[in-house]
Amino acid sequence: MQERPVDAPTPTAGRAPLDVAAAAGHRAHPPRVGFFTDTSICIGCKACEVACKEWNAVPEDGLELTGMSYDNTQGLGADSWRHVAFVEQKKSSGGAWATVDHRGVDVFAEAARLGTGAATEGGGIAPVAPDGRTELRWLMSSDVCKHCTRAGCLDVCPTGALFRTEFGTVVVQQDVCNGCGYCVPACPYGVIDQRKSDGRVWKCTLCYDRLGAGLEPACAKACPTDSIQFGPLDELRERAAERVRRLQDAGVPGARLYGHDPADGVGGDGAFFLLLDEPEVYGLPPDPVVTTRDLPAMWRHAAVAAVTLAAGMAACCVRRKR
Amino acid sequence: MVPPTEFASYYGRPVLKKPVWRALDIAGYLFLGGLAGGSSVLAAGAAASGRHGLARPLRVGAFTAISLSLAALVHDLGRPARFLNMLRVMKPTSPMSMGSWLLTGYAPLAGAAAASTVTGRLPRVGAAAGAAAALLGPAVASYTAVLISDTAVPTWHDGHREMPFVFCGSAATAAAGLGLLVSPAGQNAPARRAAAFGAVLELGATELMRRRMGLSAEPLRTGRAGQLMRASQILTCAGTAGALVAGRRARGVAAAAGAALLAGSAALRFGVFQAGVSSAEDAKYTVLPQRERLAARAEAGAPTCGTKPPR
Repeated sequence: MQERPVDAPTPTAGRAPLDVAAAAGHRAHPPRVGFFTDTSICIGCKACEVACKEWNAVPEDGLELTGMSYDNTQGLGADSWRHVAFVEQKKSSGGAWATVDHRGVDVFAEAARLGTGAATEGGGIAPVAPDGRTELRWLMSSDVCKHCTRAGCLDVCPTGALFRTEFGTVVVQQDVCNGCGYCVPACPYGVIDQRKSDGRVWKCTLCYDRLGAGLEPACAKACPTDSIQFGPLDELRERAAERVRRLQDAGVPGARLYGHDPADGVGGDGAFFLLLDEPEVYGLPPDPVVTTRDLPAMWRHAAVAAVTLAAGMAACCVRRKR
Repeated sequence: MVPPTEFASYYGRPVLKKPVWRALDIAGYLFLGGLAGGSSVLAAGAAASGRHGLARPLRVGAFTAISLSLAALVHDLGRPARFLNMLRVMKPTSPMSMGSWLLTGYAPLAGAAAASTVTGRLPRVGAAAGAAAALLGPAVASYTAVLISDTAVPTWHDGHREMPFVFCGSAATAAAGLGLLVSPAGQNAPARRAAAFGAVLELGATELMRRRMGLSAEPLRTGRAGQLMRASQILTCAGTAGALVAGRRARGVAAAAGAALLAGSAALRFGVFQAGVSSAEDAKYTVLPQRERLAARAEAGAPTCGTKPPR
């Protein structure tokens, strides 16, 4: 980063106002809350998906066996506000005994010894691939709406149906949404989508109703490993920084935070992640930018183009002097 | 520089959600909105220069086009009964909100101008409405470029600098096409010139946009969108050539050239629309440019050692 002279105008791109709720007009408001999803301890149980559907009465959206790993939800959408991604990789996971040859292991004997503290050294029941390779790891990650600091969906919504709550989250007012669909291609993460049967758009509300009653969102409540952590964003960021440092010190390959940085293209996410690989491996964009960052430039170009059209057409209508 | 072609993805699935808009409604609206806006401008110019045989049908055409586009826009809503919610707020950060207000101002003016033209009543009011519609017309034609560019769709967003010029050029060729199709040969000089002006603007801006966009220009060349873009180019060139060469004398040639120009403008809008959808459907267009951006940033931030970071 280059040093900027103090009198230069502050670039708006990627600069978050410190207080999104106040910027949206909430005078006295609770601290901004969000999710820290630590994917290093996600076990892929999908309790978050189920809890979300149950609490928010999100309709069933088709039972389809995709064949892509254990993921039949496929992605976030109007009827999936949490989505657990499953990635199987030919990589070793840090701290696991992935290079040990297990061909001679009797798995039933190992299973019988589970919990007795007498398991064979080297974690005898780790799987071996049919081709004999032993390096294997699972990445599981529960994806969710990012509740961006600079939210493209909220910016482009023409009805005001999408709004910023007092908690700093982004929520659709279903009685206002007229189903124009503009927010769908505006989201740089591909989160929000239209429910075909009803025409309106739907996404995670960060359980706005539960927050109002002092409860944590259903997914975080249901998560058995605390992979999904809910709380004030400042606190979560501190906790995440500490956790990623510990993992990196322990030699876990690829541990990194994603969406935590207020200087990124969306001003930082209200729901951010600890990942073990590149974001695109999980279906996340590596460098998302809120589209409205360029909107002032777009309006300027459109104004010049409009003047060009008017002037050009006027010139076409001038009568030649005889 | 040859951009990298390999990238990781989640089972090849797209990162973005593709637009839920129906092509016939929204690409159709992009075309009709341009046709309406351009026609109002050309009509006002024709009226001011005493070519009422050209101005009259253009006014009627502008109102017809904007009426059809309003119907298409309402039809595309998931909840059409709530279309008036568009006028609940005025949001400069939402091109669709600004467009709704713009159309709310423009459509009645275009309607008044057309009504006066058809009925012959209140000619001064009609002329004033036509002039006011001509002032808003260029905005109606150019804002739709902002509408689609203000999204995360790679091919739409990356062309945001040139797209308004592409759309304004396309609006001019459409209006010129309508003028050539419906006006008497003796009065179509503005339409013939507008065809040339629009074609130069449209083709020039499109070429510039393609060159500047990088990878996300690819969907404009390939597949169905590529076919539509090529068809648009051929129709626009042929229509302009026909108008310039024989449009002055031969009424039939003028009409055929006009039809070609209208079709060329429509093909461009459907081509740009389809290219955007294709770019959202393939994670490549989302991930690779973002990776390149990150690499460039890392390179700029790293101490100058003259070597590129490994990919």
